[in-house]
Amino acid sequence: MIMQNKIIVENLIASFGAKQVLHNINMGIQKNRITAIIGPSGCGKSTFIRCLNRMHEVVPQAKVSGKVLVDDKNIYDSDIDPVYIRRRIGMVFQKANPFPTMSIRDNVVAGLKLNGIKDNDVLDKTAEESLKKAALWDEVKNDLNKSGMSLSGGQQQRLCIARALAVEPDVILFDEPCSALDPISTSKIEDLMIELKEKYTLVIVTHNMQQAARVSDHTAFFLYGKLIEFGETDQIFKKPKEKSTEDYIVGRFG
Amino acid sequence: MDREYLSFFRISRSKFSGDFIFEAIIGFFALCILVFAFLLFRELFVESGLSRNTFGWDFLTGTTWDPVSEVFGSLPFIFGTLVSSFLALLIAVPFSIGIAIYLSELAPEKLRTPLSFIIELLAAIPSVIIGLWGIFILAPFIRDYLAPPLSTYLGFLPLFQGPMYGLSMLTGGVILAIMIIPITSSVSREVIMTVPTHQREAALALGATGWETTRIAVLPYARSGIFGAVILGFGRAIGETMAVTMVIGNSPRISESLFSPSYTMASVIANEFVEATSKLYVSSLIEIGFWLLVISVIINIAARILVWKLLRVEGGGRA
Amino acid sequence: MKWNKRKMIDRIMSFLTAACVVIAIIPLVSILYTVTINGISAINLDFLTQLPKPVGEPGGGLGNAIQGTFIVVGIACLIGLPIGILSGVYLSEYGENRFGRFVSFVADVLTGTPSIVAGMFAYTFIVLYFRSFSAIAGGVALSVLMIPIVTRTTEESLKLVPGSIKEASLALGIPKWKTTLYIVISTGKSGIITGALLAIARISGETAPLLFTSFGNMFWSGGLDKPISTLPVQIYTYAITPFPDWHAKAWAGAFIFILMILILNVGVRLVTRKKFG
Repeated sequence: MIMQNKIIVENLIASFGAKQVLHNINMGIQKNRITAIIGPSGCGKSTFIRCLNRMHEVVPQAKVSGKVLVDDKNIYDSDIDPVYIRRRIGMVFQKANPFPTMSIRDNVVAGLKLNGIKDNDVLDKTAEESLKKAALWDEVKNDLNKSGMSLSGGQQQRLCIARALAVEPDVILFDEPCSALDPISTSKIEDLMIELKEKYTLVIVTHNMQQAARVSDHTAFFLYGKLIEFGETDQIFKKPKEKSTEDYIVGRFG
Repeated sequence: MDREYLSFFRISRSKFSGDFIFEAIIGFFALCILVFAFLLFRELFVESGLSRNTFGWDFLTGTTWDPVSEVFGSLPFIFGTLVSSFLALLIAVPFSIGIAIYLSELAPEKLRTPLSFIIELLAAIPSVIIGLWGIFILAPFIRDYLAPPLSTYLGFLPLFQGPMYGLSMLTGGVILAIMIIPITSSVSREVIMTVPTHQREAALALGATGWETTRIAVLPYARSGIFGAVILGFGRAIGETMAVTMVIGNSPRISESLFSPSYTMASVIANEFVEATSKLYVSSLIEIGFWLLVISVIINIAARILVWKLLRVEGGGRA
Repeated sequence: MKWNKRKMIDRIMSFLTAACVVIAIIPLVSILYTVTINGISAINLDFLTQLPKPVGEPGGGLGNAIQGTFIVVGIACLIGLPIGILSGVYLSEYGENRFGRFVSFVADVLTGTPSIVAGMFAYTFIVLYFRSFSAIAGGVALSVLMIPIVTRTTEESLKLVPGSIKEASLALGIPKWKTTLYIVISTGKSGIITGALLAIARISGETAPLLFTSFGNMFWSGGLDKPISTLPVQIYTYAITPFPDWHAKAWAGAFIFILMILILNVGVRLVTRKKFG
């Protein structure tokens, strides 16, 4: 198996106005693997993941420097349109956010419709495929015209995953996707992530260490905006090299 | 992965992207607002030029308004506007605060929405209809039932002297009060609702009654916001035209008595603008309009600052 | 203070403040009652569809005034709604800067423009320029009052759309302008519509701006560039005459007018309540 990095982060620095939140992050994220980002509240993990799909800069006064290379191309190059990047790198948020005025089917294909694809046959087919990939198809196949808001929390989150999948990204970022969900929905989504890594590269931010241990291949530990340690998940959890990593995992702080 | 239908998306960012064009177009409409505010002031300022140059500041202090000999002084109207509006405040504010307190603190839950809806309805009635009612119902009522006792018991005050024929400063003040109660009470109510619950709870935990809680915990907190609501009401009273024109008597004299007819800035414009024959006459009326706008804007800015501060800071409601 | 005395004061204050509410409602009741009693008897189909007759002649109606009101308000909407809504969209979605905050403040202050001043502006701007009273001038005068209201209500409605929805759209690679146009506006739609309807109700009731812009007309509208009759102006004209016959017509006109305005207002609020009920 060829281990190649889908994303390489070089000297990434991020700030909100005068406040610097990420200090010189250097990291490689492997293709078709799940990489978990862990760390206490405020350590910069959400900011980090938002730098990967150029969502960080949407906030007023937010700044980024450094490089993020996806397939060896720096996504922060001046000739790159961030809108395009976000199609190739999708995101699922902490709280499910389906579009309230759209049906389930329209929610799934929103990314395609709004980018000019009008052929209903293509849209319907894509909706079905994406919902299947997100393990939601069986539950909603007869209710595609119902509002996206009529689903339960866990289903809404899977709807958001289907929506992200429909635009055919290479990478999917998950920002604490299960923190608002019950254990059963959480476990469904964890199983889904393991299935998805076959075709996609996944990065997941989580404050739940058990989840990171269950699901991920590699884990990065962040503290106060710095990358403290990065390695295979097994190694991080069983034999952490840094003391602060060990402290966090054992539960001494955070 | 089948990506061909995504292939027409641009990688590189062009200067005239959809985002730029869209923002420019709707930004243009936002700019229209500024342009139009500017035009509003400019038109009135320029068209009042003849009058301003002829009379200077005497326009604001002159008491003669004589279209025949072309002498125009606006003091009677400024007097009429300010006094009628102050009178309206004197009457409306106690009621408005009472209403606001009742509807936000003391009334049973079920009554709150219907009652506030009914009060709002008063604001929806067109001013010309309120004026119509004012001429035929309110003015006779004040003349026959309110003025006599005022004259009998308080007649030693110059305020209540002289004959009362119904159309008077007093009637004008009352009708304005009726018209500003809805806005003053509703903004006061919103302000009162932004008082944090923990303030009330602190008082209640000490064993305070409903009224005492309102008096100790709520009102002091909401004071500046309520003041802002009062100023908003004042601004509304100043700009009001039809109802007050129909009941105030339209006589440009300055009198100490509330029983005398009076004339407001808005009313003189409404009555005489179409009849105004000479350029100076029209220009003078426009100058009155200009000052009316200026006063209105100043009052509104003061009110917004007071109300905004409280509503934004507490994160509650909308002005 | 003894507990009983405090309780009594509490009861008295409850009573007094409730009395404030009751007293404030009395004029409302009186107005509605008077208008209905005096106006309803004159209402018949003729009244709604005929032109006014000269003094002394019985009969006639306010058909042209009703027509005129619709026309002038319609013109105001054509001007005021696009400008108001689009600038409100700008202020909400792109207005986090000094320009946006300033415009928002100016719009807010302009909502308090005295209506007669709006009429005066339309007079100098349109009537003087075209040398004629006209329906268009009346529409412009009303739009002066309408635009700040619609701008602010649109801005506030769109600000209520949760940021997470916008983020979801951006994260899908949908450009900001499409996010605003298709996602934000459609989510905030009902607030925008409500605000617009309330603004329409508000300007429909205005008289002062029309006194020297659309002016008045005893006949059906002869064209948008000519003077036109409107209900409020006609009511006012009748009310200040010394003729009892015309006073009766004023009441009748007032009855129709109040009916139209109240239906519009109540309708809007019922719709809002249903959506959030």
